[in-house]
Amino acid sequence: MKSDPLVVPPPIADPGNPNLRYRPKLHVGHLIALLLIILFCVFPFYWMIATSLKNQQDILSPIPKFFFAPTLEHYQRAVAKFDVALSLQNSLLVAVSSTLLSLLLGTPAAYAIARFEFKGKRDLWFWFITNRMLSPIVLALPFFLLARSLKLNDTPIALILIYLTFNVPIVIWICADQFRNIPKELDEAATLEGYNSFAIFWRIGLPLAAPGIAVSAIFSFIFSWNELLYALVLTARHAQTAPVVATSFMSGYDLPWGQIMATGTMIALPVIIFSIIVSRQLVRGLTMGAIK
Amino acid sequence: MAKEKKAYSTGAKWFVAPAMVVLLAVGIIPLLFAFSTSFQQFIVTKAHLKGTFLGIWPIYDAPFVWLSNYRDLLFDQSFREALGRSLLFLIINLPIQLGLGLLIALLLHKPGNELVKNVARVALVVPMATTFAVVGLMGRLMFNSDFGINSFFWNLIFHYKPQWLADPNLAFLSVSIMDCWQWTPFCALVLFSSLTMVPVEIEEAAKLETDKWWHILRKVQLPFLLPGVTAILILRTADILKMFDVVFVMTRGGPGAATELISIYIQRIGFRSFNQGFASAEAIVLLILTIILSRIYIRFIYREV
Repeated sequence: MKSDPLVVPPPIADPGNPNLRYRPKLHVGHLIALLLIILFCVFPFYWMIATSLKNQQDILSPIPKFFFAPTLEHYQRAVAKFDVALSLQNSLLVAVSSTLLSLLLGTPAAYAIARFEFKGKRDLWFWFITNRMLSPIVLALPFFLLARSLKLNDTPIALILIYLTFNVPIVIWICADQFRNIPKELDEAATLEGYNSFAIFWRIGLPLAAPGIAVSAIFSFIFSWNELLYALVLTARHAQTAPVVATSFMSGYDLPWGQIMATGTMIALPVIIFSIIVSRQLVRGLTMGAIK
Repeated sequence: MAKEKKAYSTGAKWFVAPAMVVLLAVGIIPLLFAFSTSFQQFIVTKAHLKGTFLGIWPIYDAPFVWLSNYRDLLFDQSFREALGRSLLFLIINLPIQLGLGLLIALLLHKPGNELVKNVARVALVVPMATTFAVVGLMGRLMFNSDFGINSFFWNLIFHYKPQWLADPNLAFLSVSIMDCWQWTPFCALVLFSSLTMVPVEIEEAAKLETDKWWHILRKVQLPFLLPGVTAILILRTADILKMFDVVFVMTRGGPGAATELISIYIQRIGFRSFNQGFASAEAIVLLILTIILSRIYIRFIYREV
């Protein structure tokens, strides 16, 4: 791509035709900049995975090793030692249950918001947005005491319930938008056919809003999987989720870095792969609330 | 028309009721409970459960002290410092994330290199989807002062290895860098979608008029970018009030209180000092701040309900 000095137009080129002057040079710059962006985004993640595959000596080398003989020993040890398997299982259980529950509760509410006029709709909406912005610590404090008196602490149920506070608003947020895009004429036609509003929701709304529902499910799942504060406060041993395990490494000199990074990789990699597969929808969902 | 709407509305409550009931139970009742706890001198290790009201509302034998927690809060320097620190974190990081985000968005918007651009768009998802606690682990690995890769590069340039996570200022910087890594892509993607909303004809016409990209940015693209920028401002402000995971894993708020942002501070008071009454009062203040933010958000961004 490097331009030959002979073909470069004279420095004082025709100002009316800037493309001729700039394009070849900027194209390479553009490419390099894009590659830098990719490097910036992926490097820390790559470095974690690489570290998890190095032996302890290579990890502690003051000169970072980019080439090394990979080993899986840290993964084997981490799974055996840190209850990683149990915590991943708990995370999966909590994330899937909470996602399904929030779809069950959220989709009808989203439909009502998109289609009906009713009292308190604005307040409801305001409340959802507040929930999106609220620091989990505000709810975690009292929920801890409430769950304690109900003997729900250190059970997946407490987490599944509290995760509804952010999952249901996500589902409503994304699905309401999706339902609004379904032409109203379809509803009217169905009403003439004798469908009641629940049948319209079930037979027409849900199938046509399936893409939005899928996106909201993905979001709920990822947010639940990644959540730390509630899990840290509400679980002790049996119901510990994967991010809680990530916090359990104390500082010190003799840290098992390989095992820590192996654990980190096992926690984050499934979600990353999942997100890359659905990246288009994910970006649409993430930016939807922002640019509406 | 009006009649039709009314006929529809009768069913609305059955659609909304399940979500409402559950969210009341898991969202509002805890808030009310926090509100009542904030009037008590409630030390977790000393308070005993006396019974429950209606089976769900626990009654603890913690003495009511009315507004004294709030009065203490007014004079609590740590609370003010933690809020100030969160504000500083916002002031330092937001411009960087917005600036870099805009740069990335413009690069993605620029024609050419389509394949690499698609790869970059996917790569931008990686930081956002990474489990926050794991971002903290990555931070601890990369900012390790002995073998961390950041120390290695710093050493190449400045010939010494800084104690990233042991020095108050550098710890703040390290956490900031991880936050920028994770959230610059969000800014980039929001601004990129805003850029794609500029009508192609207008942009093409502007390109014929001038060959300076910043003229196009200011005169043509800026009006389309503004809603996105406002949304980022509000959402990031809320996110930093919420910010917990990365800091907790990387520094636990330390060294000293150097990285103790507001959520970390409240968590420490509630769950490491066990003073739930005082922590609840702080949480209520945080809630009020969030409600104000949400109002602003709705006012500027979300007009369509």
